[in-house]
Amino acid sequence: MASLTPLLITRDLCRSFGGLRAVDQVDFSLPEGETHAIIGPNGAGKTTFVSLICGRVAPTSGSVVFDGTDISRMPAHKRVRAGIAYTFQITSVFANLSAFDNVALAVQRRLIDDHERGLTSRALVEHGMDALHKVGLAALADKVAGNLSYGHQRLLEVAMGLALKPRLLILDEPTQGLSDSEIENFISLVRQIGEEATVLLIEHNMDVVMALAQRITVMEQGRVLAQGGPAEIRANPAVQQAYLGG
Amino acid sequence: MKIQTNLAPSAKSLALHAGVVLLLLALNFLLPEYHRGIFARVLVLSVFAMGYNLAFGYTGLLSLGHAMFFAAGLYGAGLPIYHLGWNVWPAFGAGILAGGALALVVGFLALRTTGVAFMIVTLMFAQVFYLTTLYFTTYTRGEEGLVLPQAVRRLSLPDGPLDLSDPSTRYLVALSLFTVVLAAILFLVRAPYGRSLVAIRENEERMRMLGYDVFANKLAAVVLSGTFCAAAGAAYGVLFGYVGSGFASIQYSILPLLWVLVGGAATTLGPLIGTLFMFYVIDTASSYTTAHLLVVGLVLIGVILFFPKGIAGTVRERWLRWLP
Ligand SMILES: Nc1ncnc2c1ncn2[C@@H]1O[C@H](COP(=O)(O)OP(=O)(O)OP(=O)(O)O)[C@@H](O)[C@H]1O
Ligand SMILES: [Mg+2]
Repeated sequence: MASLTPLLITRDLCRSFGGLRAVDQVDFSLPEGETHAIIGPNGAGKTTFVSLICGRVAPTSGSVVFDGTDISRMPAHKRVRAGIAYTFQITSVFANLSAFDNVALAVQRRLIDDHERGLTSRALVEHGMDALHKVGLAALADKVAGNLSYGHQRLLEVAMGLALKPRLLILDEPTQGLSDSEIENFISLVRQIGEEATVLLIEHNMDVVMALAQRITVMEQGRVLAQGGPAEIRANPAVQQAYLGG
Repeated sequence: MKIQTNLAPSAKSLALHAGVVLLLLALNFLLPEYHRGIFARVLVLSVFAMGYNLAFGYTGLLSLGHAMFFAAGLYGAGLPIYHLGWNVWPAFGAGILAGGALALVVGFLALRTTGVAFMIVTLMFAQVFYLTTLYFTTYTRGEEGLVLPQAVRRLSLPDGPLDLSDPSTRYLVALSLFTVVLAAILFLVRAPYGRSLVAIRENEERMRMLGYDVFANKLAAVVLSGTFCAAAGAAYGVLFGYVGSGFASIQYSILPLLWVLVGGAATTLGPLIGTLFMFYVIDTASSYTTAHLLVVGLVLIGVILFFPKGIAGTVRERWLRWLP
């Protein structure tokens, strides 16, 4: 039976920094298989919101339920192993390691848990190269990550996320700083990813959002301003005023 | 393109390390007595340095308290021999256990901090340990220390006991311990666990978001590191017959840091090279001048200028990329 309960639910989720309510009473639910975009102006609380989901930031109050389990108190590394992967808004690769070794660290972690396959050099190469192929970096596998172009480093981030074979992949402004042609490729990459995983995408580029998202959530000052399909969001007057500059 | 990854050391690096061990073995028969004595000491102390390197070089944990793990091994083995008449084998085991257990407790508490705070917390723990050895002077004789008589420094083996105070036996036992720890570290750093330690050093937050339990990995590194250091301490006590609180002092927390920095942090052979180098610099300098610390200081500055990553570290960076 297909799961009728959403993959991810947040209830009354709040996070304050001092007096600032970065995330304010957010109720959110995400069905399995959906590609969902979160948009909103700078400082709206998008990164904080997904950080609460993946466990990098602890909530002030409220709960996060993933696949029917309350994970509000679960440490970040366990959430990753439960199937939530996060790619950083600020590129965070292992600059001194080769591109392959970067993804190999992700593959290694997953294979340690995969008792059936087990961790072998062959499996490491196979799965690592597979992830690099998907993002188009296979030819640069032996290059030191710190020497890759910015765009390639962003893709490497995504490859590390993919190598974890997550059920929920959170992409935090993945196209920031990419050229137009790189963005084109990126859109088709996320489409492909979206066939296997649920994707939560924070994105400023509206073309990317409109091309990919089945539904969109608009955040402003920590709150959900609006939610709906692309057409609905485009037509929403409050959104146009607050964000789309209409 | 063909990408390869080995979870075990390459044949080349195995051959190199085996060669180093064989060379050290040959030196037992070639070195004059005086130098053989120095080498035996260096071998034991490089085990201490290798243990330190695991925490500092590979995992990036700059501890200023590793003297306590060395001294835990020293006392853990020495006290039961001296006061309870234990045999060397169980005493050696007790020393290792004492160091491992201490590292577990200290690691558990100190790893809640990072950076400078970690340095200070480890320093404080080591200071407490040092003062404790002085406080129980009745049992430890403090700075003056305990001298283990030759009669008890015997290693019982199926073919009869080995006299550990015999220079050749002492050298070979030191080399055996050195070889075991070197092999352990050589395999460890290629293995998935070793790679994850290096990655934690490079980018801890990223590792957490790849699903690694960073705290548990670091704690395991501290416990392993402390255990190796304790093994060195225990061996030192029984091989050289002296157990004193000087080995718990801050000086013995700084020394392994220097040895590792000079030899090359996060290299398998760096600790040996650094320890040997420093020993001979001090030895040579002090035979020519009373101001030997000045000479040592100048040599250290020279090493850092020409080998910024330590001797083995710089050789790896410039010439031999495959060095582990
Ligand atoms: N660790 C922190 N400490 C204090 N304030 C923080 C912290 N993290 C975020 N904030 C604040 O919370 C608010 C929301 O920040 P957040 O990074 O979640 O916004 P965002 O929507 O991701 O913005 P952007 O589009 O610029 O990435 C901002 O005002 C920010 O300054
Ligand atoms: Mg953000």
